[in-house]
Amino acid sequence: MATVTVNGKEVEIGSNERLNCIEAAARVGEEIPAYCWHPELSVVASCRMCLVEVGEKKEDGEVQMVPKLVPGCQTPVKDGTVIVSDSEKVKAARKATLEYLLLNHPLDCPTCDQAGECYLQDYSFDHGRGYSRLNEPKNIKPDKDNIGDQITLFTDRCIMCTRCVRFTREISGSSELQVVSRGSHEEIDIFPGHPVNNPLAGNVVDICPVGALCSKDFLYEQRVWWLKSTNSVCPGCSTGCSITVDQNEERVYRVKPRENELAQGHFMCDEGRFGWKYTHSDQRLTSPQQRENGQLQETDWEKLLVSVRSAITQQQANASGRVAAVLSPWMTTEEAWMLGSWLKAIASDAILVPGPIRNSGADQQFPQDRNGNPLEPIRFTIRAEKAPNRAGVQAVIDHLMDGSSTSFDELTQLAAEGSVGMLYAVGGDPEGWITESQAEAFSNAGTLIVQDILPSSLLQHATFVLPGGTFVEREGVVINHSGLAQLIRRSVRCPDGSRPDSRILWDLTERTGLVQYEAIRQEIAAAIPALASLTDEALRKNGVVTGDAAETVAN
Amino acid sequence: MSETTKKKSIRWVEEPELGFWETTFVPAVLKGLKTTLRHVTARKTVTQQYPEVKPELPLHYRGVHRLNRDEEDRVKCVACMMCATACPANCISIQGQAAPPEWTDRDKFPKTFELDELRCIYCGMCEEACPVDAIELTHIYDLTGESREDLLYTKDKLLNVYDQTREDHRDPLRTGRGVLGPASEFVDLPALGPATSVPENDRSAKSETAGVIRTTGREGQQ
Repeated sequence: MATVTVNGKEVEIGSNERLNCIEAAARVGEEIPAYCWHPELSVVASCRMCLVEVGEKKEDGEVQMVPKLVPGCQTPVKDGTVIVSDSEKVKAARKATLEYLLLNHPLDCPTCDQAGECYLQDYSFDHGRGYSRLNEPKNIKPDKDNIGDQITLFTDRCIMCTRCVRFTREISGSSELQVVSRGSHEEIDIFPGHPVNNPLAGNVVDICPVGALCSKDFLYEQRVWWLKSTNSVCPGCSTGCSITVDQNEERVYRVKPRENELAQGHFMCDEGRFGWKYTHSDQRLTSPQQRENGQLQETDWEKLLVSVRSAITQQQANASGRVAAVLSPWMTTEEAWMLGSWLKAIASDAILVPGPIRNSGADQQFPQDRNGNPLEPIRFTIRAEKAPNRAGVQAVIDHLMDGSSTSFDELTQLAAEGSVGMLYAVGGDPEGWITESQAEAFSNAGTLIVQDILPSSLLQHATFVLPGGTFVEREGVVINHSGLAQLIRRSVRCPDGSRPDSRILWDLTERTGLVQYEAIRQEIAAAIPALASLTDEALRKNGVVTGDAAETVAN
Repeated sequence: MSETTKKKSIRWVEEPELGFWETTFVPAVLKGLKTTLRHVTARKTVTQQYPEVKPELPLHYRGVHRLNRDEEDRVKCVACMMCATACPANCISIQGQAAPPEWTDRDKFPKTFELDELRCIYCGMCEEACPVDAIELTHIYDLTGESREDLLYTKDKLLNVYDQTREDHRDPLRTGRGVLGPASEFVDLPALGPATSVPENDRSAKSETAGVIRTTGREGQQ
């Protein structure tokens, strides 16, 4: 154990931990301001914002300080290190550094998208001088709108921390960005004709501590102080990146990665970052429908749920063909459990199959060289399996089916043969999940209940249509590729007419009152040993490990 | 209770006892009649002949809003949405858009600007929040409309108000600051103290205009 003293407060640091002064100070709640340092990137110590006084406590208790200020990001701590970050000397250095950083900054905070979450604003307020002594005209450089398809560069706001440059070199590996020219002519730029269009490009906007790199998608849409953030999980692939969903007045404006070492680290891919647009699509299913005289007719939820329930129970009583359900990998674990266990209770021979999963071929690993080959060590992976909760749904099905598994293709076969009397198909994949021929096969099922968010070819055969919600409209647990269970949370309401899937299933399965996720999770945890950790309080923070992975951790 | 009664700053007063004349109420009635008589005999007119005669309002009267134009007749607003943020009635909604490339002095302008004159409480916070003095309240108070939509003022209507009132002596352009607003124009800062305290030996504290160090004409002292 090593003991480090930060501003007179002592902090114990593990013997295997390699921390710098900023991280050590954060342990005792002392913030050392920094622009260029980022925990995932290499250290350049170029912004000089984290200058602190550092010394060493000798064995006899004497403290010997280094005569000059040293950058906290570049200085590792060891046993006996003394850090002083609140002395007059340090404060004066911060003031001077900020004054230099702001010399050519345009101070266009009112029209800057970063205003409100800008480190220049925050640190100027906390540590800065509050006014400028520059008497000369500012050096204003032209904006670069062409720097990427999704990002734009306001060159004059840049403070040359080079986080974006290091990101493209170290994380994405594509190295599009670099610093050109020198001194006060320094600028971030691209090689002509090679814009920043790598699959992780959006991250440079997040890591930019000022408003220099902005997302074209979010540009001028909202002021950030209007946005309300909700912690959630990206459903784009089975990596299950932790995210925050930012919304205002029932409209999602952006999705940002949330730091979670258990899931993905600090970043997320552009596919997930911009992949939520279908939530506000005009195509969304927004009315519960029932087929009458060969035509789908709009109805209301109360009538529809009664009809669906009686259709299923009658089907079981008549015993003409089996009851089957397609549980989509886009469902939450709670939803899969509610539907699956209810159907099993009505019809013990009900077939539950996992829905089809889109697969993009191979995992994309980063950093990549220019030929697309991954370079060790791997820092980020976009997985080929494009569904958020295959593992969770599979665990529920495995438990309820007692190990006798039926695949989606086998169910299609059974349906085509006409031996499925009632089919409850849950969709949810925004890019479509069923082909024409599969839909044709399902049309042979006597009663076809479709719960989906967007129209598909299955609708023309559907007896009942239950419009559901997208991932920003519902709550529940999704389990990623490594068995990490995380909570997605509701941030906006469903469009009028549709309902979050959990509420549909809660009402359908005749549970009373509002949806109680905690109660369902307790049911699941009691029934399925692999998912027993779902009741842990840690689920609300960074998630809990489930299944085989949990046993490995426990051992 | 015991805590508060002990405090010496609180003095408890009793209702005074009524005397003989007070109980008859005669002095109070006479006092009231005196006021009535004074008003009956006074010759001063207080009735305003509105609408034939319009009142002369003070210059700081806060009426219908206008969106100012700049020298090139473009809307002065830069869609920073500070007014919408400051508005306590939540009556302003703005959609920003990137400015055309030929507008070199700004990044952003309002695609739509809607102000609900019915919801507005005419507090003038928008005017105060605006960093470029684009929104101002005029003297117009007789605002009528036949529907709610009539009084939902769009960008065009607000610019129209400016065109109507720009020559009016009651609605002078209140400031003539530049395109980026007062925040950026540090050269001519008023002689106020800097926003943060500075030590006395700081150069800026000694300058005649705080926040600005004039290097010209001081070569000998450097």
